[in-house]
Amino acid sequence: MTAPLLQVSDLVKEFKVRAEGGKPGVLHAVSGVSLSLQAGETLALVGESGCGKSTTGRCILRLTEPTSGSVVFNGTSLLELDHEAMRRMRRNLQIVFQDPQASLHPRMTVRKLLAEPLQVHGMAKADVPGRIEELLRLVHLRPEFLDRYPHEFSGGQRQRVGIARALAINPALLVLDEPVSALDVSIQAEIMKLLVELRERLGLSYLFIAHDLAVVRQIADRVAVMYLGRIVETGPADVLYSNPQHPYTQALLSAVPIPDPTIELGRQRIVLQGDLPSPIDPPSGCRFRTRCWRADERCATEQPTLTAVQGAHEVACHYPGAETAVSVSGGAR
Amino acid sequence: MAEPVLSLRDLRVTFPTPAGPARAVRGIDLDVMAGESVAVVGESGSGKSVTMLATLGLLPKAEVSGSVRYGDTELVGADVDTLRSVRGRRISMVFQDPMTSLNPVLTIGKQMSLVMKAHQPDLSKKDCRSKAVELLHQVAIPQAGRRIDAYPHELSGGMRQRVMIAMSIANDPEVLIADEPTTALDVTVQAQIMELLQTLRVEKNLALVLITHDLGVVAGSADRVAVMYAGRIVERAPVRDLFADPQHPYSRALLECLPRLDQKQEVVSSIGGTPPNPADLPTGCPFAPRCPMALPSCTQAEPTLVRFRTSEVACNIVSGGDRAEAQA
Repeated sequence: MTAPLLQVSDLVKEFKVRAEGGKPGVLHAVSGVSLSLQAGETLALVGESGCGKSTTGRCILRLTEPTSGSVVFNGTSLLELDHEAMRRMRRNLQIVFQDPQASLHPRMTVRKLLAEPLQVHGMAKADVPGRIEELLRLVHLRPEFLDRYPHEFSGGQRQRVGIARALAINPALLVLDEPVSALDVSIQAEIMKLLVELRERLGLSYLFIAHDLAVVRQIADRVAVMYLGRIVETGPADVLYSNPQHPYTQALLSAVPIPDPTIELGRQRIVLQGDLPSPIDPPSGCRFRTRCWRADERCATEQPTLTAVQGAHEVACHYPGAETAVSVSGGAR
Repeated sequence: MAEPVLSLRDLRVTFPTPAGPARAVRGIDLDVMAGESVAVVGESGSGKSVTMLATLGLLPKAEVSGSVRYGDTELVGADVDTLRSVRGRRISMVFQDPMTSLNPVLTIGKQMSLVMKAHQPDLSKKDCRSKAVELLHQVAIPQAGRRIDAYPHELSGGMRQRVMIAMSIANDPEVLIADEPTTALDVTVQAQIMELLQTLRVEKNLALVLITHDLGVVAGSADRVAVMYAGRIVERAPVRDLFADPQHPYSRALLECLPRLDQKQEVVSSIGGTPPNPADLPTGCPFAPRCPMALPSCTQAEPTLVRFRTSEVACNIVSGGDRAEAQA
């Protein structure tokens, strides 16, 4: 196997916060995440709000400085680079944000928005206009859009501009942070189609951060599921969707509605009890144990680590296994 | 046949804008029966939320015409007292974002008491409190006796939505309108809230009007579905029929572009173009510019809902085909 394009090891990000009563506390956003990405591959990082998936993405690009761990991109250790070297390195790693309305400067035209990264990374002035037109074609926007401002576009078109901007300097890896979750379904499908097309055409690698497991299924080669700052299960997409081993993955998959009334009616849904614990004071041992129907004393004392089930399919659970949650599944349907 | 509890006829809503009148809702007919769950589905700007806000008289700046009947009471053009006697009492509404619908400086117990007192002024403070605790129990909030003194920011998003639902059923309404009740929530929390709404519907024989953009949610929780596009219902059908055999090209396209958890779609289909601007609608069928099946005649006249098998469809091609079928 060739060396991965991106190798993240034991990434930790802690934020200092003021906890209850004004006492200083620590928010454990990311607690030892390891992942790797091969060239041309799409890894999806999935989980619910507050699980640390976006923070992980931002730490990889050092938009947020990680507390500890290592990020190696193409043989270079990113966390050891100085500011200037990291800035140069970012031509290889770019990010697309969820809300293009917020991430595109409202007073810059598309032309300026696309020229900026090219200038920052030192493209000769004469080459810029040609490259801008090429980028526009790449994301299927018409050339007359160049002199318009972000507010003149629909949400889908704006996200195309966001993607074109990220692609301007030919990166090898795109971190896509919820790139379609702010869009309507019909528009969502268009952007997903574009992302698949660009991946094939440009040989890109994606770290696809998302909460929507149905969307993820359409694009991911591999999936890593996060809960409260840790990866609880990871594996090839087909395996993870068809044979989830971690109780949280099972609950998550069973909660996603399927647009087919016949299937919905016959589905056994695992409805999780209670709320997500606070990342300021996460549970000891396995962080999912407070909501888990398989948990016992061992789960409170001993933290499970990612262990291979079969091949690349790994699960962090003391009691992994096919779903046995019939006793907890509610359902008035 | 039983009378509907809520009945909309030719409801129209127009907003004055600098660019001219925006016709957000253009003639909606909808009946809701006791105990049933009706979903109104559409994308942003289709007019689904505006329809329901107008139903409850919550759009004072808009021009609203047509009819909304709750029993014998006409709500369009009704005075404030009439509206107040119905809102929160007979028909109540749950909104998308519980954080912005709850008052951040009042405890949830206080807010729930206000809702009850508005319609039952004789309730004592003590009765309000015990009823509030009971309601919080009903919506499965643990330690209800303690949570009642919490402020909204002390609760999670899912808990806040449960509080909203508890408030909405505090006066035993007959109709509950839920406007994207789970859109702001995580998927495991969404499952909890949808289950709660279905339980309440069955236990209290509530009519549930679910406004959503998410056809996945609709599949598991609605009896009947109305699909909206550009301010009109383009298809109305029993839930199974809509999913098994959608008639309107827009319904079909919408279903085809949905990502599915249970399968990897090799070909991602999508709908080109964008929905029309309500201040500048095309002539004829508003979906025609994006419709893969559109004929030149589609831009002439706007189709109206016509019965077709178990559905009602507003499409010239489908109903034209029906006539052809009948003649053949």
